[in-house]
Amino acid sequence: MPESPVACPDCDLLQHIPVLPPQGKALCCRCGKLLATNKPGANERALALAIGAAIVFVVANAFPLMGLSAAGREVDTTIIGGAWTMWQEGHQFTGALVGLCAVVAPAGYIGIVIVVLIAARRHRPAPSWVGELLHWAELAQGWAMAEVMMLGILVALIKIADLATVIIGVGMFATGAFIALFAAMAINFDPDEIWTQVQWTGGGARMTVNSTQTIDYQEAKK
Amino acid sequence: MTPRELMAMQSGLALCRHCELLSRLPATHGKNYCPRCGHEISFRRNNVIQRTWALIIAAAICYIPANILPVMTSITLTSAEEDTIIDGVILLYLTGSWPLALIVLIASVVIPMAKLFALAYLLITVQRRSIKSNRERAKLYRLVELIGRWSMLDVFVISFVVALVQMKPLMAAEPKSGIVFFAAVVVLTIFAAQSFDPRLIWDSADSMENRNE
Repeated sequence: MPESPVACPDCDLLQHIPVLPPQGKALCCRCGKLLATNKPGANERALALAIGAAIVFVVANAFPLMGLSAAGREVDTTIIGGAWTMWQEGHQFTGALVGLCAVVAPAGYIGIVIVVLIAARRHRPAPSWVGELLHWAELAQGWAMAEVMMLGILVALIKIADLATVIIGVGMFATGAFIALFAAMAINFDPDEIWTQVQWTGGGARMTVNSTQTIDYQEAKK
Repeated sequence: MTPRELMAMQSGLALCRHCELLSRLPATHGKNYCPRCGHEISFRRNNVIQRTWALIIAAAICYIPANILPVMTSITLTSAEEDTIIDGVILLYLTGSWPLALIVLIASVVIPMAKLFALAYLLITVQRRSIKSNRERAKLYRLVELIGRWSMLDVFVISFVVALVQMKPLMAAEPKSGIVFFAAVVVLTIFAAQSFDPRLIWDSADSMENRNE
């Protein structure tokens, strides 16, 4: 519906989004915020990438990231091991934050995206809990910091390297692959398309909805 | 003549924060809910400026102990050394990896500080109803949101060093209280960036135009 206006979430300007060509995108004409994209099949790709990312994520978490050997002894750690050691050392807040950003938020985001995309494929209109999950996906995405963690691991490796011999584990390679798949999935996933299919909760009996009535706001203010 | 720019709020339309549906709000007072996703909806959230200031000030207070207190102790057979964030950067520089030292310096020291100054600048200009360089300020806000997450870097570094260097009594690394304050700075600045509403940047320009009519 090209007639119904949209408001820019960053500057509140009312504007009409033109019909976009494939691969086209629309920016807010006042502040430059990305308002809409037209990527045919984006959510199909996102589903495939999300399933791939989920498999790699399990591998990345199940196997040690890296190990340390010195004087005939060996220690190794997994991703959650980093958070767990922090917790055990009496730093519960920091440990919980690391666990959230490294494991819980990425896993939550992937899990929700998979459930949402499958639900939207099977039910039309999509049930309203899909909308609730989309809200949680956005929250989880903000705290998923796998790429920051990867850089942190590399810095940690260099710090340790002159203390002892460092062994790179399977988890490290899987984490690298996970970051690539995760980023590709996040770029392709288009929540706006899902939102148009979600069944309305109809909670606003006290409110009339605008989408059907065209606004002649340009004429009105001339 | 080009049509005048019109904001959704001036036409009585409000954007849902969760599903971005545009709805017409009734003139009556009271809470309104988005008809699509059921979340509460309003033109602007209440007390955005106060809440963002509170988070910035809290973060600025935590920033001091985060940099003064040690974040980690390295224990070997013969010595125990306490390191602050800056000590960690210097150590990286001295061991010959200056690009990494620079990255850690930017992520741990420059980004949190820049975020605090940028958000404070945005709040002050909004409160003074500035109408200058709106586009630049909008870009600044987007930059703050984009780079904020990288200040988590040192939290991950310390976590994985501590997790790995566990060979008592030969050598061990333990987290120290500075890291809690540092983690608090990261969380508080992320909350502060989320709590700010970039539409406020444009509100004063629009109210100014109306006044001149």
